[in-house]
Amino acid sequence: MANAFWCMVEDDRKGTPKKVMAEVIGEATRLAGGDVEAVWLTDTATDDGIRQLGEWGAKKVWLIEGAELAPYRAEVWVPIVAELVAAQSPKAILGPVTSRQREFMARLAARLGVGLAGDCMGLAMDGDKLVGTRPVYAGKLLAKVAWAKTPWLATLRPNVFKPADAQPGQTAAVERPSVQIPAAQLKLVERREEASTGLPELTEAEIVISGGRGMKGPENYVILEELGGIIGAAVGASRAAVDAGWRPHRFQIGQTGRTISPKLYLGFGVSGAIQHLAGMRTSKVIVAVNKDPEAPIFKIADYGIVADLFEVVPQLTQEFKRLLEK
Amino acid sequence: MKIAVLVKQVPDTATQMKVAGTAKAIETAGITWIVSPYDEYAVEEALRIREKRGQVEVVVMSLGPDRVKEALRSCLAMGADRAVHVNDPALAEADTLMAARALAAVIKQEAPDLVLTGRQAIDDDMGAVPAQVAEILGWPCAYWIMEEAIADDGKTVRIGRQVEGGLEIFDVPMPAVLSAQKGLNEPRYPTLKGIMGAKKKEIKDVKASDLGLAAEAPQLPVVALEALPPRPPGRIIPGDVATAVKELVRSLREEAKAI
Ligand SMILES: Cc1cc2nc3c(=O)[nH]c(=O)nc-3n(C[C@H](O)[C@H](O)[C@H](O)COP(=O)(O)OP(=O)(O)OC[C@H]3O[C@@H](n4cnc5c(N)ncnc54)[C@H](O)[C@@H]3O)c2cc1C
Ligand SMILES: Nc1ncnc2c1ncn2[C@@H]1O[C@H](COP(=O)(O)O)[C@@H](O)[C@H]1O
Repeated sequence: MANAFWCMVEDDRKGTPKKVMAEVIGEATRLAGGDVEAVWLTDTATDDGIRQLGEWGAKKVWLIEGAELAPYRAEVWVPIVAELVAAQSPKAILGPVTSRQREFMARLAARLGVGLAGDCMGLAMDGDKLVGTRPVYAGKLLAKVAWAKTPWLATLRPNVFKPADAQPGQTAAVERPSVQIPAAQLKLVERREEASTGLPELTEAEIVISGGRGMKGPENYVILEELGGIIGAAVGASRAAVDAGWRPHRFQIGQTGRTISPKLYLGFGVSGAIQHLAGMRTSKVIVAVNKDPEAPIFKIADYGIVADLFEVVPQLTQEFKRLLEK
Repeated sequence: MKIAVLVKQVPDTATQMKVAGTAKAIETAGITWIVSPYDEYAVEEALRIREKRGQVEVVVMSLGPDRVKEALRSCLAMGADRAVHVNDPALAEADTLMAARALAAVIKQEAPDLVLTGRQAIDDDMGAVPAQVAEILGWPCAYWIMEEAIADDGKTVRIGRQVEGGLEIFDVPMPAVLSAQKGLNEPRYPTLKGIMGAKKKEIKDVKASDLGLAAEAPQLPVVALEALPPRPPGRIIPGDVATAVKELVRSLREEAKAI
């Protein structure tokens, strides 16, 4: 439908939309006042996945299914969606910040000749125009941006926007447009899986534990992973810990690592250098444990404990265990 | 073979950013400018390709005001062969799409076999320019590469791109645009000889008109820049570790409702 707000579906590669889509659809519904459609390119979509999108509030699912659509390749996806845009004239296209949406949305914006606001933390209608709020300089400042024309393209930072409440029984109409799937230029050789930690993905996690140089060595991260297992947290690290080779770079939090906005951030043995704070200062609640009372991280922490982390972490794990078993 | 590297000049990561009086721009007084850290991985990778293959020209390109020469100079000191500086007041307010159009126009003129960029510029943190350059040129693109090897025949490049949960290895036909993630390599420091040699290397100035660019306004204008809202004051929980831990868990549960 013309003027609809579109939500690009990010899935788990097994046919189920990621939880973050509840946030994207929820925000689109607030902005559009209901006229929300999902666009899903995938090699497999499950019925359950489609039902989920409907319950979150998508009125329609534009489903483009084909083996050639996985793994994601921009040169395959962009022409398909651009063609759909030309036929349907959506007002906005929103997606979550993920590795593929970052590239896809930028390339789509160039094809359509419109603006893209990446990594938004706020979206609001100002009259009949959309205004986006996005962190710049790694979150040291906020920029308000506007779009010169529609469709308005934006990616949304996970954990920031209020998720839609699922309405059981509410369904989306499924539309399978016939599209030409362009030939891929990137040829897949192999996919190397990371050893799974069993913990959530850093940028999507609601709770993030961060270990800095105070962890003293890679072997000590098990105590953070134990704590993470109890409270369902991802475990990240400071650059000092990453550069020392204790953790792979994908776990680095900060200006030259991942930018996160969890509901709860717990830092252990992290001093709080400006580049680290840049990547986590938009967390809702910040806890810091450091034996140096002068550590700069205490300036932005909501709760601090000045003590040896090796004493604090095991007791904290026990205490959370007791609380959550109740 | 020719490799183009896109580098942006940005404020040093230790800068406390402030908003200028206009509320649309940053206060630039006292800022130390650096090459955006991810772009250094791109420069380093180009130099390594040259060292491995020989017969490779590395051209660094940047869009920005006069001060950008300094960033280009430091890439030349690292070992790049020459530089192109897109320097035009008409592009002062460029958004990523305008920047991509200008850079794509330079790339078209130079016709490199490969374009390397940073994962994102650490000022606008957009990560959009590489994909937009690729789209404008009609080239393939791969984001967040962690490894790269050009085939002997110079026709394809095998890359590993970082995605959630793993690394996807692809063969990409050249020319292509690749954006560098941290971990691709460890950038070198310029040697004294490199710094001296850089003074003699060419930095070509180009204007929008040299690139045949039509005047345009940004598609995503910045309406205002703001400081972050201050965080409410926090508190240090006193007492021995056992007491403090109990109090912390209670506060997270009852006050902050974070768990
Ligand atoms: C271009 C550039 C980009 C950067 N990007 C990033 C980035 O993205 N992310 C990032 O994190 N950093 C980044 N940095 C590095 C940053 O400047 C700091 O060096 C780094 O964050 C410090 O990490 P740390 O806090 O773990 O280590 P330190 O600063 O060494 O702090 C360790 C802390 O642990 C405490 N401690 C030690 N032992 C214990 C114990 N047993 N119990 C409790 N506390 C203990 C100490 O009191 C100290 O405060 C960047 C720097 C530059 C120049
Ligand atoms: N003004 C510019 N000049 C040269 N390269 C740029 C410029 N802006 C962006 N780039 C390149 O594109 C990458 C991503 O930038 P951005 O999309 O702005 O985050 C950077 O790491 C650079 O390699």
